[in-house]
Amino acid sequence: MKKYFASILLIVTFAIFVVFQQKSADNNNGAPSLASTDITPSSDSVNSNTSFPQSKPNSSSTSSTPNNSTNSSSTTPQTNTGRYKNGTFTGTSADAYYGNVQVQATVKNGKITDVQFLDHPQDRSRSMMINNQSMPMLRSEAIQAQSANVDAVSGATMTSEAFIQSLQSALDQAAN
Amino acid sequence: MKQTKLLMNMPITVEIVDQLKSKVIFDKIYEYFREVECRFSVFRKDSEISKINSKEIEHPKYSHEMKEILDLAEKTKRESFDYFDIERNGRLNPSGIVKGWAILQAAKKLEADGIKNFYIEAGGDIQTSGVNSEGKKWQVGIRNPFDHTQIVKALILSGEGIATSGTYHRGQHIYNPFNPTVPLTETVSITVIGPNILEADRFATAAFAMGKDGINFIENRPELEGYMIDQRKVATFTSNFERYVKQNVFA
Repeated sequence: MKKYFASILLIVTFAIFVVFQQKSADNNNGAPSLASTDITPSSDSVNSNTSFPQSKPNSSSTSSTPNNSTNSSSTTPQTNTGRYKNGTFTGTSADAYYGNVQVQATVKNGKITDVQFLDHPQDRSRSMMINNQSMPMLRSEAIQAQSANVDAVSGATMTSEAFIQSLQSALDQAAN
Repeated sequence: MKQTKLLMNMPITVEIVDQLKSKVIFDKIYEYFREVECRFSVFRKDSEISKINSKEIEHPKYSHEMKEILDLAEKTKRESFDYFDIERNGRLNPSGIVKGWAILQAAKKLEADGIKNFYIEAGGDIQTSGVNSEGKKWQVGIRNPFDHTQIVKALILSGEGIATSGTYHRGQHIYNPFNPTVPLTETVSITVIGPNILEADRFATAAFAMGKDGINFIENRPELEGYMIDQRKVATFTSNFERYVKQNVFA
């Protein structure tokens, strides 16, 4: 009988211990805070140059990465004057994997003067689920150009294919 | 020895440091990427993925590679709270996972040929191995999304994979007319370092889709480190990211 009570006591104690552990773990799972920035963001942070791709005679590439420029001939507009009709042309909506990309190109005097995004990926609904997992220890800094020589460079090209596809279909409509 | 070719709509660079018995190895790698493009490109009507989307091919007849990619996509979907989802409007687009997977398979082919020191880069995603031609670990930059001629970080990698997901147009003056109140802290790019390029790529893609929460998601996975850049030109990075950063030394 004594043994019986002793083991019950042990089990109950353990159960209480587990519950307590879980509770305190839950308490630690509060909303995370991005280690807040004591950095003053530079004032020119938003590039106000709206016209992409900006067309210039003989400009061979409107692609914005040096890497991409190699395939510019087939995919980006070579803007010889008069190649395109004036007007505003809406491209097809192209799948950029995590959402659609759709562009609208404006042509004036045969040149592309503006490209606007009518649609780009948006999804913010499940924030809480991601944030509530644990307390991250994130840090921040203002980005700064580095002078180091590197062997290779990592950068985004994710939506370029969808962008090119949508722009191309807009320009197909604009073609004389 | 280094070569760059345009495949899968992006430049693919292979640099091999080891003494080569034959340059045929480069052809083998590029041939492999060509096969991947033929199978997985949603922009080609004759690809296996397009035929699956047009219901010309039924599940039992999917290739081994296709099944592997679909399994990986399903796994990533689960691990990312459904943020990573290759299905949209009833059509499959696995391009968010194929690139990293293909780079890793290509790296395995080099290793099988006894090559230890190399890197493979496809459209900004990189698998490193061993050391560079100077006998040092690979030095990899993170591109400045606001000025593509610059890098904003120099990292030291050897064996890891690094992938960046983002949209360069967000760095410009763009707004979504359906949602004009997009916050200024919008994420421009997120770079993820992982144990290999497949892990880095699939989680970079998932994290980017999460917006500014993406960096928390990366922080919560101990095998990954991340560097997220927002529209204020402020970077937020994970707690152990700095162990990969090349310290500024005047040399």
